[in-house]
Amino acid sequence: MYDIKALYEAESTQDAIRLLQEHPQAQIIAGGSDVLVQIREGRRAGVELVSIYGIDDLRGVCLDETGAVRIGSLTSFSHIAASPIIQEKIPVLGEAVSLVGGPQIRNIGTIGGNTCNGVTSADSASTLMAWDAVVEIEGPEGTRRVPIREFYINAGVVDLRPAEVQTAIIIPKESYEGYFGNYIKYAMREAMDIATLGCSVNVALSPDKKEIRDARIAFGVAGPVPMRAPSAEKAAKGRPVSAETAEIFSRAVLEDIRPRDSWRAAKAFREHIAVETAKRAFEKSILLGGGVISEQAV
Amino acid sequence: MSRQYKQICCTINGKKREAMVDVRASLTDLLRNDFRLTSVKKGCEVGECGACNVLINGECFNSCIYLAVWADGKDILTLEGLEGPNGEISDIQQAFIDEAAVQCGFCTPGAIMSAVEILNEERELSDEEIRIRMSGHLCRCTGYENIFRAVKKTMLKRLEAKK
Ligand SMILES: Cc1cc2nc3c(=O)[nH]c(=O)nc-3n(C[C@H](O)[C@H](O)[C@H](O)COP(=O)(O)OP(=O)(O)OC[C@H]3O[C@@H](n4cnc5c(N)ncnc54)[C@H](O)[C@@H]3O)c2cc1C
Ligand code: FES
Ligand code: FES
Repeated sequence: MYDIKALYEAESTQDAIRLLQEHPQAQIIAGGSDVLVQIREGRRAGVELVSIYGIDDLRGVCLDETGAVRIGSLTSFSHIAASPIIQEKIPVLGEAVSLVGGPQIRNIGTIGGNTCNGVTSADSASTLMAWDAVVEIEGPEGTRRVPIREFYINAGVVDLRPAEVQTAIIIPKESYEGYFGNYIKYAMREAMDIATLGCSVNVALSPDKKEIRDARIAFGVAGPVPMRAPSAEKAAKGRPVSAETAEIFSRAVLEDIRPRDSWRAAKAFREHIAVETAKRAFEKSILLGGGVISEQAV
Repeated sequence: MSRQYKQICCTINGKKREAMVDVRASLTDLLRNDFRLTSVKKGCEVGECGACNVLINGECFNSCIYLAVWADGKDILTLEGLEGPNGEISDIQQAFIDEAAVQCGFCTPGAIMSAVEILNEERELSDEEIRIRMSGHLCRCTGYENIFRAVKKTMLKRLEAKK
């Protein structure tokens, strides 16, 4: 038995908002793979919960009228990875969420829970950051949209106000069209492990594939929340597709990131793998985009 | 405070079932305590080991981190549901025995249910895919190779039989 004080099951998003207003102490439970474990550990013992797990309207991936990819917040990782839209428009997101936990965790874990828990190691987070995703939130005052970069406030703290529910994650058309990306999860095990560092890169190449039109990069576990590396992005933009550019790009991430020492890894080690994963993910993204990296001396 | 209960209706191993569930119960609690389906093991109870794995609407879930109330309206399959009409065990269970994929047996029902999910796809998975799909299970005895072999063998056998 879980130490739960009360459970209220919401039938719709509006119902969830109402229940959250009626029970201001209550916390949302989606798939519960964070919440239930924390109850078991005693960290959330005795909580009141509003379950949104039954709201099927919040499940599924579609293209909206603007061509943006819309992922319902309750969509499980395995359903995201299996979605033809994700496979066509942002395959790297499917690949990233396929690295979460193990198969059973990917069936219960939701992308909403993965972002709302505000955890820096969340496997979807760096890719969503690197693709300029937008978070849709519904609450007592209506619907609002927040860029994911602003949604993350601090470790475990996201921009959710009282009685608000995250309803979707949206990747606008201009954020994905022409971009190719790669995510590298560095962990001790290949399954059932939390990232020591996560690195998601994507690039848009010029029509002749010889120049980096745009490069975006985000890290997990390189700071208290998932973060972009703007210095690296600036350094690569407009440069030729070359080994030298990959080198310059990956070195520049050290100007932006601030990893810490933890039992999982030392700061110096995290910095080392940040540079290396940035380089590899950058090179892979270029290849996916049809570019060829010239082997000139660095 | 007074305990909170909910009436649920679901299908368990092909039979329609009703239960009055405590909202604090996990699906493991429900299956073991109310229906005596003790193939569903309590291992870590935090989603790490896969000993409590069951199929819900055809997909694998660790029932220890699944609220019993969510089972309402769902179709649940546990290892007991693999039993044939005369009490026979299924091909995948036999393969686990033949390949010595069982030692203490604690992880076995959960691992077999992941294998069932794979076999239900009726396609040939690569070795790499099988390993990934079985990666949500901890086994402290067999070293995994025999489990992998049992799954692969059964998959190939079934595909062969379909030809
Ligand atoms: C064994 C195990 C292994 C794991 N491995 C990984 C891993 O490798 N990588 C990884 O990233 N994660 C991992 N996780 C963590 C977890 O599975 C993910 O973070 C998952 O995405 C959480 O989703 P959920 O729906 O289960 O969230 P829940 O536990 O239901 O909720 C998480 C938090 O988000 C809030 N919340 C959820 N949905 C909403 C919403 N729509 N609106 C507002 N607030 C909401 C909840 O109130 C809670 O604070 C693992 C967990 C387990 C148990
Ligand atoms: S007992 Fe459920 S995963 Fe270990
Ligand atoms: S057979 Fe003992 S844990 Fe797997």
